[in-house]
Amino acid sequence: MKINQIAVFLQNKPGHLSGICRTLCDQGINIVTLSLADTQQFGILRLIVKDWERAARSLEAAGYLVQIREVVATEVDDRPGGMAEVLDIVSAAGVNIEYVYAFTFQKHNRAVLVFRFDNADKAIEAIQAAGRNVLTPVDLFTEE
Amino acid sequence: MNSTNIAKPLVENAVWQPEELLERPALEILQTQRLRALVERLGKRVPFYRDAFARLGISADDIRSIDDIRRLPFTTKSDLRENYPLGFMAVPREDVVRFHGSSGTTGRPTFVGYTRADLDLWANLCARFLYAGGLRKWHTAQVSFGYGLFTGGFGLHQGIERIGASVVPASSGNTARQLILLQDLAVEYLICTPSYALHLIEGIHSGTLDRNSLSLKGMFLGSEPWTEDMRQRIENDLGVYVENNYGLSEVMGPGVSGECAYRTGMHVQEDHFIVECIDPETLEPVADGEEGELVFTSLSREAFPLIRYRTRDIASLTRKPCPCGRHTARMGRIAGRSDDMLIIRGVNVFPSQIEEALLRVKATAPHYMIEVDRPRTLDEVTVRVELQPAMFSDSMAELSRIRDQISASIHSVTGLNMKVELVPPNTLTRFEGKSKRVTDHRILQQG
Repeated sequence: MKINQIAVFLQNKPGHLSGICRTLCDQGINIVTLSLADTQQFGILRLIVKDWERAARSLEAAGYLVQIREVVATEVDDRPGGMAEVLDIVSAAGVNIEYVYAFTFQKHNRAVLVFRFDNADKAIEAIQAAGRNVLTPVDLFTEE
Repeated sequence: MNSTNIAKPLVENAVWQPEELLERPALEILQTQRLRALVERLGKRVPFYRDAFARLGISADDIRSIDDIRRLPFTTKSDLRENYPLGFMAVPREDVVRFHGSSGTTGRPTFVGYTRADLDLWANLCARFLYAGGLRKWHTAQVSFGYGLFTGGFGLHQGIERIGASVVPASSGNTARQLILLQDLAVEYLICTPSYALHLIEGIHSGTLDRNSLSLKGMFLGSEPWTEDMRQRIENDLGVYVENNYGLSEVMGPGVSGECAYRTGMHVQEDHFIVECIDPETLEPVADGEEGELVFTSLSREAFPLIRYRTRDIASLTRKPCPCGRHTARMGRIAGRSDDMLIIRGVNVFPSQIEEALLRVKATAPHYMIEVDRPRTLDEVTVRVELQPAMFSDSMAELSRIRDQISASIHSVTGLNMKVELVPPNTLTRFEGKSKRVTDHRILQQG
């Protein structure tokens, strides 16, 4: 099961990032997590939100360049070595990671890793075969 | 003649060929004769002109005075392109002894050919401005323009040889070697870009170059836009005499016009070219002293003569008397272009080339803007490209790859390295009508 991530093109200019957050705020959309990749001149903001379709629509309407991309989220223990175990699994499966970011998950005292793999299905298979949990949107967005 | 406001010349007032001093009535008779012969020749040999003359119902017999030139058709760069590669050639191929070319909008050069007589004439036309600028047979002159299709290198080379001075054909690039040649061969005259002259000044100011190691007396600058302020600075800081000249390969190459010792504008070599200055919109002549587009007819060229070639260069003409003794029209510095051509580090660049480069990367060209700057002595270009949805990716590697592809494509079309910046859609200014894609921050207009 994959999660839909929103990527937004970001210009390295004052106010550009806050404009994006403001747009989402106006729609009452909460950002579960975000990651920012940037160069001197431009950046890519990656967002995980519950109502990704509405978020993408409102960002597009506000003139932002948006792309929806399926990513894979998996839980790890929030302790030293937690992430390494998952990385070992995917690397043993011969899958490349294009990028990864992490956030801690309040409800279980666990961390969530969000991956973009070059071969997502193969990665999911390997992670599940190792007895680990691949998160669904339900897992991620259900409030306690 | 009132010449009180004209500064005394810094070099001897000298004339290379006696016909430079023709008085206007004799000059205009000569021009009319040559124009009539040209119309006769082109009507027979170049289909473009044969058809145009037929359409206008005009023949050589209709050319009775110099004003009759206005009855003849214009020739444009796109006419040259449409007749690519050699549609304008007016002699049999076997009579052509050399080809040169200029860069164009499509990545293909515009070719021009020269017969042996053309080369002989061209050498004398270059010798005219070199001699007027002080070059003599006992001097050594270095040519730092590129030797190749570009007419600058070979044109100046021939002019120097014609005078009988020693020529050092350094060609362009390799500034360290340029300097060794200048020093070790005690070069007195340098033909280079204004950027290179400024580079030498920087070297002197920073202490890496000793002015006393140079024998330089004078410079003939060109192939890049420059200003009167830059001349002042180069003359003051380098202690050299700097002369300006003008030419373009479609018309001949360097030597179409050049300054005399009084430097009151560039004397057009009117015995071989008819110059007109027109309003680029109405195509009507503008008055002397007013800026307009320069139009040249190359009267004496054998291989590639053109009638009323629209240069797109904006300048003014004056026919006020000049104390040097020549009666020819003089043109001011080029004040701009009537099209959107840019000259970047001496290379002609059209915005349409950037568009072509973008199209090579993606099937639909995104909106873009070109920004030109000269932070120090060299031109720098930034191309801002609006990302299209299809180009956007959540992967940094992917975006960087697109940017690098655009850079490489621009380099392959223009031959220049330009900085590419990706920007969000709809963030660049849109213009109504004729879109203005270029912001030029270089301060080049003369003050």
